[in-house]
Amino acid sequence: MNKRHLNSALNSFGLFVLGAVALLWTMPILWAIAVSFHSPNEPLSAANLWWSSQPTPSNYAQALQIAPFGQYYLNTIIIVLGILAFQLVTICLAGYAFARYRFRGQNILFFLIILQLMLPSSALVVPNYATIRSLGLFDTLLAVMLPFFGSAFGTFLMRQTFKTVPRELDDAARVDGANWLQSLWNVYIPPARPALIAFALSSISFHWNDFLWPLIVTNSTASRPLTVGLAVLTQLGEIGAQWPLVMAGTIIVVGPLLVLFLIFQRQFIDSFLHSGLK
Amino acid sequence: MALTSQATVETKQAERHLRFRNAALPYLLISPTLLFVAAFTLWPLLRVIHDSLYVQNQAVQTPRFTGLGNFLALFSDPFFRGVIENTLLYVIITVPVSVFLALVLALLLNRKFRALGLYRLAFFYPTVLPMVSAATIWLFMYTPGYGLLNVFIEFFHIPSQNWLGDPKLALIALMILGVWKQTGYFMVFFLAGMQGLPHDVFESAKLDGANIVQSTLAITLPLLMGTTLFVTTIAVINAFETVDQIYIMTGGGPVNATNMLLFDLWQTLFSYLDVGRASAISVILVVMLLVFTAVNFISTERRATYE
Repeated sequence: MNKRHLNSALNSFGLFVLGAVALLWTMPILWAIAVSFHSPNEPLSAANLWWSSQPTPSNYAQALQIAPFGQYYLNTIIIVLGILAFQLVTICLAGYAFARYRFRGQNILFFLIILQLMLPSSALVVPNYATIRSLGLFDTLLAVMLPFFGSAFGTFLMRQTFKTVPRELDDAARVDGANWLQSLWNVYIPPARPALIAFALSSISFHWNDFLWPLIVTNSTASRPLTVGLAVLTQLGEIGAQWPLVMAGTIIVVGPLLVLFLIFQRQFIDSFLHSGLK
Repeated sequence: MALTSQATVETKQAERHLRFRNAALPYLLISPTLLFVAAFTLWPLLRVIHDSLYVQNQAVQTPRFTGLGNFLALFSDPFFRGVIENTLLYVIITVPVSVFLALVLALLLNRKFRALGLYRLAFFYPTVLPMVSAATIWLFMYTPGYGLLNVFIEFFHIPSQNWLGDPKLALIALMILGVWKQTGYFMVFFLAGMQGLPHDVFESAKLDGANIVQSTLAITLPLLMGTTLFVTTIAVINAFETVDQIYIMTGGGPVNATNMLLFDLWQTLFSYLDVGRASAISVILVVMLLVFTAVNFISTERRATYE
């Protein structure tokens, strides 16, 4: 077989594989969406799997009635934005200190912070749960947020980013009478914006999806995020095999995410590429 | 005269004060980060190591030193050995499968064609979903009778299976979900890595008569080693931390067939209220992950430095 034939045969075969895998990959979400509109009067069966003959939004209405998804959304939004707001402040301050100052114990302190990157937070839930209990914070939104206010990854990222800012710019600002905060704000932060945005997106998506920690420290509607709320709905005995209802609940949770992803596909993917770590 | 020296002293004091403030500033700047890292990572690490050496549970309320007793008890317990086995099996299978599939998909997608965005969307969207929602959808996919997966395999004349109810199949069912969920995520790392490869090398290989297979094997794959290492460490860490889907889909069953480290940790703490044993499991998890998190950090540093 000559080269051109081999290349074009591989090309067609490649396209076929891509198409088949893409079809398999999208099936679950398409099915979930279709079933979420299935009429409760038509039982699901092998013969009646996709579109109901009378699609209805009633499953959504019922899911919203059983589970307070509005409250869950609010909780999740407060949690992810609260964590992010704190992180942005702490990582900029610490990243700036490590990038621009020489001080005693610098390396050991940096190492202690970076250690957080090497210890999965999920492995430390036992003592952290005890800490939350002893602080009297169990079943509060603050309990879900608190362990994540300091971020080794963010500190590391900001240190690397700030180091690329030319020292002369900083010196010039200082000569003009700027104090450290003005220099950080006017000289260092503006060129670091892409890194900050990437960090923000990866922080938001990690904490939006987090499950184990909020499951452990929440116990009521007032503090449960979406993920735990959906798990509670799924595990409700009485709704058992009412799949259209469960799928409606699932789509309520993932729908907005998917829409956002469709709109900001590039930014999403870039932010995931930048993180790779929480 | 006295006045000037008084002024000098004051200036010196002000200078010293300023120098002290300057010296203290970096510590002040890192203190918030250090405080939270110390409270929720460093102190917990010490505490979990400490607690793993004590017996502390419902029966023994005041901690009693036991040395490595918790670890010995865990490793001689067939139940826990099963948990370790499931975890390792899950890691050993899902990691190579999803990394390899991601690489293949990236190789196939790495060219200009119209539907590129659509394909990337199809493979990547599971990454965006919370694992809890993905697991709920797959719980439905695996439903005996009319679950989509059963309908699909029946099309090929394979009888419908009770995926999550069969101890032989349940772990495989979790693995399928794992591969589906993360392959697109790994794929975009490979795609980004391929974008950065030098074009002229491929051009000259083409001129020298190399076909796609040859240039892929000889140029693309060796140059992607860094990306592969990075992606593999993420995959291993994620696989070790598998828990959400177990909670939603199987509860560790049937007969412990899908129980893994983190789920067992959660259950030991909250169902059996055994702090000593749960701490020992935490230590085991940390130790198993340490090599991978360290390698992952080093390759993150490389990526951040040379990007």
